[in-house]
Amino acid sequence: MKYLRLIVANLLRSKRRTFLTIFSIAVALFLFCTLRTVITSFEASLRASEATRLVVRHGASLVFPLPLSYRERLAQVPGVTGVSYGNWFGGFYQDPKNQFAQFAMDVPTMFDLFPETVMPADQVRAFQTERTSCVIGRQLAKKYGWKIGDTVPIIGTIYPGEWRFTVRGIYAGKTRDTDENTLFFHWDYLNESLPEGRKNYVGIYWLRIASPSMAASVSQRVDAMFENSSQPTKTETEKAFQAGFISMIGNVQLLLSILGSAIVFAIMLVTVNTMMMAARERTTEIAVLKTLGFSDGLILRLVGGEALLVSLLGGILGCGLAALIFHQTDFTGGGFFPNFRVLPATILTGLGLAILMGLLSGIAPALTAARLRIANALRKVA
Amino acid sequence: MATTPNGNLVELKNVTKTYYRDKNPVPVLQGIDLTIREGEFVALMGPSGSGKSTLLNLIGGIDTPTQGEVRVAGESLGSLKPGKLAAWRSRHIGFIFQLYNLIPVLTAYQNVELPLLLTRLSAADRKKRVLFALDLVGLEGRAKHFPRQLSGGEEQRVAIARAIVADPALLVADEPTGDLDAKNAADILLLLQRLNAELKKTILMVTHDPHAAEKAQKTLHLDKGVLQP
Repeated sequence: MKYLRLIVANLLRSKRRTFLTIFSIAVALFLFCTLRTVITSFEASLRASEATRLVVRHGASLVFPLPLSYRERLAQVPGVTGVSYGNWFGGFYQDPKNQFAQFAMDVPTMFDLFPETVMPADQVRAFQTERTSCVIGRQLAKKYGWKIGDTVPIIGTIYPGEWRFTVRGIYAGKTRDTDENTLFFHWDYLNESLPEGRKNYVGIYWLRIASPSMAASVSQRVDAMFENSSQPTKTETEKAFQAGFISMIGNVQLLLSILGSAIVFAIMLVTVNTMMMAARERTTEIAVLKTLGFSDGLILRLVGGEALLVSLLGGILGCGLAALIFHQTDFTGGGFFPNFRVLPATILTGLGLAILMGLLSGIAPALTAARLRIANALRKVA
Repeated sequence: MATTPNGNLVELKNVTKTYYRDKNPVPVLQGIDLTIREGEFVALMGPSGSGKSTLLNLIGGIDTPTQGEVRVAGESLGSLKPGKLAAWRSRHIGFIFQLYNLIPVLTAYQNVELPLLLTRLSAADRKKRVLFALDLVGLEGRAKHFPRQLSGGEEQRVAIARAIVADPALLVADEPTGDLDAKNAADILLLLQRLNAELKKTILMVTHDPHAAEKAQKTLHLDKGVLQP
């Protein structure tokens, strides 16, 4: 600890340079945490998927709906123990920036199919009995300050116009991975408001099956049943559906991983250069310290320690800001990332990266300083 | 303090130092035989390029001879590995440079404390020693000042405090008055004389200035790498 003062004093020698270096590392690690959190939020969505739930959608694309009439036939497939359905609404609250997920759901079957959505019984009843009501996730209620009885106007984009819903319930997730940023309202309310040509169509069917082992056979049966119809289906597990949904925008995980690594690597090169410069400027001082008896090893630790401290401070700042900002703002990326939480593991990884950056960026100047020949260094100055 | 049985603190036997410039040998010191007794104040004079600083570096243990033996405070420096040599320097040698070479981001107190960081002394003991050294050079009131807030003479006195704080056997001073005006130079020389007389410090001082050399008890002359008789 007695050497820490020496390290800090050297860092404060050029406050602007030290601040800019710390700031650039902080920016890199903020971006790393953000990109990593995109990946972990995808993974959380996949984890939240029920193994006993299948998703049935149009065989050609998710954008094409399926007839409501499929419901009865789906319910009769052996192994299917429950059917629910819903439509992605795709609206916003007041301003297009205020995006979150909204689903028109078949309310009588919804809570049966989605037991991870937990709500008091009286709120469930109130929601079921009022066609223009809605329920919202706990995080969403917190973000906008909504409470039971409030009227929430949503501007529709797929279904144009202003839609007003009365909040009759606030649900909580059974697990940490369960999304609490969605608004659910009555599919019937949506359906009756549509023109004749668009009525009685469903975006997605959810099937509950008796056992996860039946997923493949039930999926095959369902798809075979509608294979030759004008609206064929594609049935898959909820997890496969989520993964496919994510892969619609490419190999996101790989892309984000490469991007995050590239940013960290680029900043590391900048840091190496800065630390090299800082050490080179102090050649005489390092020679003087060695003259006084500071060993090569101690010089190595002192110069390396500066790089490590700078990187660690940048890491704490960057990772801390990411955690704080995304926690405070309840960021959901327009509803695409309902579980957008910077996980402790992400912060630890970020700090680990910061330490690695510090070690890698400090090793070259530290070795140069340690190998410095006193007589040569002092002769250059004299 | 370890000396040879005959009371010599420094002994050089047939020391040669050769530098290489583009693989061409440049002899700097040739066949140097030298002894400095404990408690002596020795001035080393000679024209530029005569090898004075190189000789000082060899005796201070910051450079190694090409040939010959350098024995200081009972230790043959050629046999010490770099780590041991660094530790030896911190215990036995105090360095005073022409350009003071204080660390600009540290206060006078912190600069003087540097050699003590390498010891096992507690913070309280370090403080006692640092304040004593600063008091000895007359700068107890400037402890919290940074080098840029001190005059040249004061900076050199801080450097002297740093050199003596660990109580080394030998002080090596490379042109300690070379960058000072006459008044400050005289003060520094007086201080070195006091350290020699009162604290019995052995001092080897390189200088160009005959007036400075007069303050020493003995003057050696080096020319073209050879000690003159």
